[in-house]
Amino acid sequence: MLRLVDAVAGYAQPVSPAATFSVARGEVVGLAGPNGIGKSTLLKAVLGAARLCAGRIERAPETRIGYLPQQPVRLPEVPLCGRELLAALGADRLAPPARLAERLALRIDRLSGGEYQLLMLWATLAGEGDLILLDEPTNSLDRAHIQTACDEIAAARGQRATLVVSHDRGFLEAVSTRIVDLGATHG
Amino acid sequence: MGDLFVTPFIAGLLLALLLPLVGNLLRLRDEWLATLGLAHLAAAGALLGMAAHLPSFLGAWAGALTGAGAKRAGGGRSNSAYGLMILAGWALTLLVAANTALGDALAHALIDGQLYFAGWRELVIDVIVLLLALPALRWLTPRLIAARLFPERERANRLPAWRWHLGFDLLAASAIAAGTATLGLMASFALIFVPPWLAFRLAPDWRRAQWLAGGFGVAGYGLAFALALIFDQPFGPVLAAVFVALFGFSGLGRRPVSAEF
Repeated sequence: MLRLVDAVAGYAQPVSPAATFSVARGEVVGLAGPNGIGKSTLLKAVLGAARLCAGRIERAPETRIGYLPQQPVRLPEVPLCGRELLAALGADRLAPPARLAERLALRIDRLSGGEYQLLMLWATLAGEGDLILLDEPTNSLDRAHIQTACDEIAAARGQRATLVVSHDRGFLEAVSTRIVDLGATHG
Repeated sequence: MGDLFVTPFIAGLLLALLLPLVGNLLRLRDEWLATLGLAHLAAAGALLGMAAHLPSFLGAWAGALTGAGAKRAGGGRSNSAYGLMILAGWALTLLVAANTALGDALAHALIDGQLYFAGWRELVIDVIVLLLALPALRWLTPRLIAARLFPERERANRLPAWRWHLGFDLLAASAIAAGTATLGLMASFALIFVPPWLAFRLAPDWRRAQWLAGGFGVAGYGLAFALALIFDQPFGPVLAAVFVALFGFSGLGRRPVSAEF
């Protein structure tokens, strides 16, 4: 579903080292590496939000992408409840995790940081994407929320190809079917 | 209420319902200042149109569309661009007034609010704008919510996002043009700015924010119309004062702007 061949991503200058890997349907590939090596930039190059400086990025035709950024947009004041957000994204066909379901009637600007992150993660997983790109999905999540996130990523695995960026090696090992270490491919 | 006031009242009532609904989406997109810019350009366009013996709505529409086009050509949102729109609209309105046979009277009518001069032509245009805008808002709203909260989604999936962004710009420009031609500049701005602000503070969800904004718009409009008529006051300033008072009485002005977590 996604293949990178010697892909180098950046903006004005290259940021990431050359990376070669693929992600197939049913896989959760974890992208590991030290801070600043360009994991998030590589993810953004897949979206078209960062520049592909060298190599190739191939997406299967008609692939729809679901993307959770490292810092999801959070509006200070908006009268929108979680259920309405999921409906707007076409992410309301699957039953959400229980601890999220009970908060869906609340305004999204009244959720705690962890609840909001979990909602945005679920909105990405339950949306229409075939290829899911998650950038640091455990930001703001406590231990219980992280377990919920692991469960939901695993549950969505069968129908999707998932690429996860995280600085948390333990989380990546728990959630991934395979890990690509960007540091190891460097040089 | 005499027959003389029925047509203007109904024309204004339609906009008192529509403008707050459009205002909710403008507020979601953090574009409320654009409203004031577009309204100034609509007023200038209306005055230019009248100088050329065209219906005020046509001129207002052309002015608002020019502003919406300039906004898109300038790469989207920028408070500086909206500030320039306000200055350009204000300068053009007063210069046209000073240099045509229309004189100050019409410029003041547009800026102060000239609801009582609205006739059948304004009513028909307002009905058409409302009938087109309501289904369009229903189609646009989920797309604009998704675009606001997941801005990369459109680019990542190569979605034809220009359709809903341009569509909303045109809808907002048309509603503001109808408002400016019917109610005047600041009355339109008051309707598009204050009820959504209150709704954003009070409503538990988007559906009820729509009801609240529309309800505040209609209630404030009805009260202002009655007060202006009873005390023989210009409509626009009375409407703006009613909404400022409504905001003050709500006690929301004392609450912090940032959300509670």
